[in-house]
Amino acid sequence: MIEAPNKRSAQIDVFVGQPGGMLKALHALQSQSEANFLSPADIKLVASKFGVPVAKVWGTVTFYSLFATTPRGRHIIRVCENAPCHVVGASDILAALEQHLKIRAGGTTTDGLFTLEATSCLGVCGVAPAIMIDSTVYGNLTKEQLPALLAEYRQEAQA
Amino acid sequence: MKYYRAHVLICSGSNCAIKGCQTIKDALVAVLNKHELQSEIKVVDTGCLGWCEQGPSMVIYPEGVMYSRLKNSDMDEIVTEHLLKGRFVHRLMTQSTDTLGLASPLNMTPFFQKQRRVVLKNCGLINPERLEDYIHAGGYTALATALDKYAPEEIIAMVLDAGLRGRGGAGFLTGKKWSYTKAALGEPKYLICNADEGEPGTFKDRLILEGDPHLIVEGMAIAAYAIGASKGIIYVRGEYDLSIKRMEQAVLQARENGILGEGVLGSGFNFDIEVCAGAGAYVCGEETALIESIEGNRGEPRFKPPYPAEKGLWGLPTCVNNVETLANIPAIIENSPTWYRSLGTENSPGTKVFTLTGNITNSGLIEVPMGITLREIIYDIGGGIPQGRRFKMAQTGGTSGGCLAEEHLDLPMDYDSLASHGSSLGSGALLIMDDSHCILDLTHCFLKFFVHESCGKCTPCREGTPALYKLIGKMTAGQGNQDDLELIHRLARTMQDSSLCALGQTAPVPVLSAFRHFWPEVEAHMTGNCLAHKCFSGRGSKHDH
Ligand SMILES: Cc1cc2nc3c(=O)[nH]c(=O)nc-3n(C[C@H](O)[C@H](O)[C@H](O)COP(=O)(O)O)c2cc1C
Ligand code: FES
Repeated sequence: MIEAPNKRSAQIDVFVGQPGGMLKALHALQSQSEANFLSPADIKLVASKFGVPVAKVWGTVTFYSLFATTPRGRHIIRVCENAPCHVVGASDILAALEQHLKIRAGGTTTDGLFTLEATSCLGVCGVAPAIMIDSTVYGNLTKEQLPALLAEYRQEAQA
Repeated sequence: MKYYRAHVLICSGSNCAIKGCQTIKDALVAVLNKHELQSEIKVVDTGCLGWCEQGPSMVIYPEGVMYSRLKNSDMDEIVTEHLLKGRFVHRLMTQSTDTLGLASPLNMTPFFQKQRRVVLKNCGLINPERLEDYIHAGGYTALATALDKYAPEEIIAMVLDAGLRGRGGAGFLTGKKWSYTKAALGEPKYLICNADEGEPGTFKDRLILEGDPHLIVEGMAIAAYAIGASKGIIYVRGEYDLSIKRMEQAVLQARENGILGEGVLGSGFNFDIEVCAGAGAYVCGEETALIESIEGNRGEPRFKPPYPAEKGLWGLPTCVNNVETLANIPAIIENSPTWYRSLGTENSPGTKVFTLTGNITNSGLIEVPMGITLREIIYDIGGGIPQGRRFKMAQTGGTSGGCLAEEHLDLPMDYDSLASHGSSLGSGALLIMDDSHCILDLTHCFLKFFVHESCGKCTPCREGTPALYKLIGKMTAGQGNQDDLELIHRLARTMQDSSLCALGQTAPVPVLSAFRHFWPEVEAHMTGNCLAHKCFSGRGSKHDH
């Protein structure tokens, strides 16, 4: 998984010198990482490119929920647990997912396919309870629909 | 222009996309092609009609018939019956038919009848991806009028006269904010459109951006002209893929057509917009945190003063406005401040977009005149409480707002009357809850959000939110005592008085309003009684991992 540093470095060269470019560089690096995260090497790279201390980059990365500093699964499942989803059964959805995937929120399945995250409002509460798998939203969910939904992703991974 | 005998408008907003509008569209197109109707009937993707509960839905013109809760298998019948034979498919129709067999107008259905669409006027009616559609609907005339007829000071005066208040939560007079930025020294000036929408239960900005992106480009251009800004940035939540895409597309189209860039619409005014994606942090919706984030840093709020109007992005004068605020501007310029004031109330003129969520029949997006009562929203537009349950409470203004009880149902929804009842209009989120819910269990859930989203910069908020969460958790477990109550009040006071930004200042609001309006229920927990039977049995604290 460790790519040649100059390849990673080329991915972010366009952002160096752009005002506010550091966040964009981090977005770009993470989206091209196979395990969906920013490694210590990535963080060091950004620090040296932008001429700032490693601690500053580290502090920025850990601040935002869309960035991760540990390897994650191929697909990120995000479950909204705020009140509008909560009152129509979000905690049942989270519990059912934990049971089905045999992991707790924050964990990654042993096959590396899914990471389960509990998040704040996803802005689709009109169809609550809602989850996001990568950038696709699924709303009006019942726990009965979950196995079939996840099966689709598993099939796709095997194909 | 090509003539079509019928237009089918399919809602492609996020909420319908989730329910499968894309597959519906594909199925419809396939059936149309089978009957060789593709040259007679046009299928158009539009923005959100608002009735998300009923999605996916479509409206067929010229008859104006709305079909809802559609499945792919319904397309055959709609094409062969409605589009070929001119007979409505009654089982899928949203509205009723009159004695002549005509569909009653959509705006007479209960869901739309009490609505007044100013901001959402194009949503669901035009194709948001086409500049031509926006222009056909009268778009960019307000910008042309502004540049042609008015001086920047006159625009500010008009917005002040209209009495428009910021729709991002705080309700500050928009004209006033603009005049501060205009008066500030420093070049260039920036205009930022705040589309970081993260308040739980709010999704209005998303659907406005998806349904009518050019309206925001136009609103921003007028605002920038008024305050003398040459650079615009729209900061969109990182999760809002479709909003980002539609905005980028609209900005590009505007640039290619001389609406943005050097010499806007042939005038001497230069203005361009950059679309910037967030990275997931609720606090970045706070204007100074948002500026930090655009600068590429941790999104922590700054000390105020200096306010962004003096020292904002890159230390230069900056005006931050919410999406809905800017979406009101073109209508004010086009129709006059007096017209705007004819909507809404004296101190809260205009309309407000609300998002209805929770235990309500018609969840979705609505726009109503300010001052409408909660009862009208819930029962007339929202269709009431489902499953034969009773209304218990409504949280207005999102998680940082307060809860209102049954006795407040006739309260007018405007900034001042909600504030006087310990709540707020906020972002326009309306969470409706039925009598199966426990006030303390919900308060616990609200607080969890703040624990998660506190940025950690100031002590009262960083330490206060988890402490409050624990104390309320203790009460839901039936272990709360008199000392805890006192501590909760002291802590709440400290957080309100000394937190750096409104996140920490409003985190205690749900707790205080629960105590104020639902005291008997809270008190019952002290003696081991949960009136809603949610707590103690292990259920109430289920979301507490
Ligand atoms: C924690 C926090 C989150 C906020 N989130 C948003 C938001 O998502 N969208 C928004 O427009 N304003 C948000 N605000 C309010 C902004 O700070 C600011 O007042 C607003 O963008 C100004 O625009 P307006 O005058 O048009 O309302 C938030 C404030 C706080 C304290
Ligand atoms: S509260 Fe769950 S998506 Fe908004």
